[in-house]
Amino acid sequence: MTPDPQKLEELIKKHKEGQLKPKDRYEIPAQDMPAQDAVRRRQNMNEVAEGFTEFQARMEALRCLQCKNAPCVEGCPVRIRIRDFIAAIAEGDFAEALSIIKENSLLPAVCGRVCPQEVQCQEKCTVGKKFKDVNLSVSIGRLERFVADLGAKQGGEVPKVAPSTGKKVAIIGCGPGGIVVAADTRRAGHDVTIFEAFHKPGGVMVYGIPEFRLPKEIVRQEIEVLEKMGVKIVCNFIVGRTRTIRQLMEEDGFDAVYIGVGAGLPKFMDIPGEHLVGVYSANEYLTRANLMRAYDFGNGADTPIAVSKSVAVLGGGNVAMDAARMAVRLGAENVYLIYRRSEKEMPARIEEVHHAKEEGVQFRVLQNPTRILGDDKSNVIGIECLRYELGEPDESGRRRPVPIKGSEFTIDVDTVIVAIGNGANPLLQQTTPGLEFNKWGNIVVDDRCKTSLEGVYAGGDIVLGAATVILAMGQGRIAAAAMNEYLGTLKK
Amino acid sequence: MTFKIISKKQLSENVFQMDVFAPLVASARKAGQFVIVSPNVDHGERIPLTIAGADPQKGTIRLIFQRVGKATAQMADLHAQDAMGYVAGPLGRPTHVEKFGTVVCVGGGIGNAPLLPIATAMKTAGNKLITILGARTKELVILEDDFRAISDELLVVTDDGSYGRKALVTEPLKEVCGRAARPDLAVVIGPTIMMKFCCDVTRQFQVPTQVSLNTIMVDGTGMCGGCRVEVAGKTKFVCVDGPEFDGHQVNFDAMMKRMNAYKALEQKAYEQYRSHTCRIGLNHK
Ligand SMILES: Cc1cc2nc3c(=O)[nH]c(=O)nc-3n(C[C@H](O)[C@H](O)[C@H](O)COP(=O)(O)OP(=O)(O)OC[C@H]3O[C@@H](n4cnc5c(N)ncnc54)[C@H](O)[C@@H]3O)c2cc1C
Ligand SMILES: Cc1cc2nc3c(=O)[nH]c(=O)nc-3n(C[C@H](O)[C@H](O)[C@H](O)COP(=O)(O)OP(=O)(O)OC[C@H]3O[C@@H](n4cnc5c(N)ncnc54)[C@H](O)[C@@H]3O)c2cc1C
Ligand code: SF4
Ligand code: SF4
Ligand code: FES
Repeated sequence: MTPDPQKLEELIKKHKEGQLKPKDRYEIPAQDMPAQDAVRRRQNMNEVAEGFTEFQARMEALRCLQCKNAPCVEGCPVRIRIRDFIAAIAEGDFAEALSIIKENSLLPAVCGRVCPQEVQCQEKCTVGKKFKDVNLSVSIGRLERFVADLGAKQGGEVPKVAPSTGKKVAIIGCGPGGIVVAADTRRAGHDVTIFEAFHKPGGVMVYGIPEFRLPKEIVRQEIEVLEKMGVKIVCNFIVGRTRTIRQLMEEDGFDAVYIGVGAGLPKFMDIPGEHLVGVYSANEYLTRANLMRAYDFGNGADTPIAVSKSVAVLGGGNVAMDAARMAVRLGAENVYLIYRRSEKEMPARIEEVHHAKEEGVQFRVLQNPTRILGDDKSNVIGIECLRYELGEPDESGRRRPVPIKGSEFTIDVDTVIVAIGNGANPLLQQTTPGLEFNKWGNIVVDDRCKTSLEGVYAGGDIVLGAATVILAMGQGRIAAAAMNEYLGTLKK
Repeated sequence: MTFKIISKKQLSENVFQMDVFAPLVASARKAGQFVIVSPNVDHGERIPLTIAGADPQKGTIRLIFQRVGKATAQMADLHAQDAMGYVAGPLGRPTHVEKFGTVVCVGGGIGNAPLLPIATAMKTAGNKLITILGARTKELVILEDDFRAISDELLVVTDDGSYGRKALVTEPLKEVCGRAARPDLAVVIGPTIMMKFCCDVTRQFQVPTQVSLNTIMVDGTGMCGGCRVEVAGKTKFVCVDGPEFDGHQVNFDAMMKRMNAYKALEQKAYEQYRSHTCRIGLNHK
């Protein structure tokens, strides 16, 4: 659609006069996100979705009905004042919009891109309900991204820090949860250090979620802000090995600790052939490609990755989509996504499924691998699958897939990427006596994210199992508030 | 934190020893553990190396490595006073050390480096220590004096007979295991193929055997699964469950195949690096 500035002016005028009726708003077309062409983007790592223009952002903002009860806010785990920031965009006050968002979310440029909005804020939106289509809800995430990107271009400001309290906070893991806790406890005037096992901070946002969905530059900028606030970031520090939590607290003088180490430990399917050459966990595949920039192998990056012709990705979540789309970009001719249930049951975001299909990923649903086949040199040459059909709904309400006897068939592939989820990393469990874990290895916390150890808090994937960036951030917020309160009661 | 190289020594044509400033690792590490290092921060490969020794007072750890590919060649081109990109660790579970009785330690090639701290710990725990060192040729026998100082008995073999006895390590190992006073434990570290054959020997004599596996790794913290091996039919991660395992339970054949996965690509990176550094004249010895 070609932008019509005059039309926008008219609408804004009516809006300001309070004359823009719901009926008028429903008539404004939902704005499409400009995206890189599917053929071209198969060849590069650049971001796929290019972001709203100012015109689009304001048009989209005018679609919002400014509902009195703002049901969308209920859907957001950190309760961003969605209605109000959208009103500010409609008015053209983008700085105000950003500062409203930042009251609750510290990483709007990230969440605007990677939040599963269609099951969170946008699911509850009245406009989507009216059209009976969540895809026609107000594009809250895209609007968030628009103001965040604009703010970043103008140079983000550094939040104010309270005078020093002399209390020390240690944060383990520099993922989204850890970043939020660092910002919130630092603002309260504490001396904050983040310990990160990898050589770069950012957690899954840098080693998992690919560049083409979340440019690393955005994460880097956010981390720079933390450093400007005076947060210390120590990389290559593995808590539990380099120092234990007890040593940090008893010997190094840390008064409170936040554990945000994420999930870790990839699961395998335990089918024959998983030890063959060419079988990766999605974590390994994406880490090689993202963090170690294997796609630049030979041009400065030294970490290799398989050069594949045909790739089978096992799983149906966001991680599987990312791995499949990465394989496309690394030059694979055929990428098959093999999933046990039907497409409707796929946990991945609709947008990602859509993008993957556009890029040529071939969906093989209601199929499940039984074994991986190798040649005499142990290289993968194929994968054997069984066909499934949908049976009765199970406890989760999803229809259970049942195998069809004798329906085995093979697909020729030279690479297999297993993306069926992660279990908890056992390192802290092995090295932190007194810290309570549940039977899956996740840390047990109360409703303020406090663990069984005095002064120790936890959140994000290590508590929730695999979750989302915004949930990890939400827990970080809760934990930081509890930590600030706890530190306030400590005599020193 | 800068990880400064305090000293560097060339032990043989392709084997180098470095003491690197990494005080936290130096005070936390135990025998059997390793670090992940990279010669440069930005996009160097992450390479696992065993901590061959440490001086907690000076805050240094000792690394002994063989130049085999690009990353190790880049490391070999660094000098005392240069900084390593990073050093992370210590990783892996420490060796289980106790008084077993007689322990036979078998080192092959560069495997002598990771073996030394374990042999030392075994000796300190009161064990009788028999050491067998093997290498392809004389100049590849490293750390002999260090082992001599702690061993009750030391046997050296070379493939080509240029030094010590002309044999593979399995030969003296068989003899030692066949003695009336059979060893209570064997510790074997070296090339995968060597560990496999040594385990075949000790299995015949029912001598429990520990091996230290050197699979390909990415993170070293349990996140990627790239280091997985099959032990007793189950998938184990070398970086968090190991690196030491019961050698009689390890599927060495599968492991060896996995380790060759990147051979061609690695060769390419190495050759590019060598020709590049030569061309711009940075390849000073
Ligand atoms: C491929 C992929 C795609 C995803 N896509 C989405 C998406 O589109 N939208 C979405 O909302 N969510 C997505 N997620 C999930 C989301 O990234 C996570 O839920 C979120 O990052 C969890 O945050 P966290 O704070 O728990 O820490 P993480 O991001 O998991 O980071 C933990 C950090 O702790 C470090 N660490 C671990 N152990 C130690 C230790 N012992 N000492 C020191 N440091 C340690 C790790 O190196 C890591 O940097 C995706 C995940 C993956 C893997
Ligand atoms: C726990 C552990 C401890 C180790 N300790 C030592 C040590 O103390 N000293 C030492 O010299 N080496 C040690 N290694 C091996 C060392 O990590 C590799 O030699 C190194 O990663 C090779 O890097 P590169 O880039 O120079 O070579 P690459 O270009 O990556 O590889 C060149 C050649 O080495 C082989 N190779 C690659 N990675 C490994 C590996 N991880 N192990 C064995 N061969 C490999 C390749 O198949 C190829 O033939 C250890 C490995 C592990 C897992
Ligand atoms: S943070 Fe996520 S859930 Fe909340 S409003 Fe933004 S996009 Fe929606
Ligand atoms: S529910 Fe939708 S229409 Fe209503 S305030 Fe929220 S975004 Fe606007
Ligand atoms: S090296 Fe990644 S899990 Fe062991």
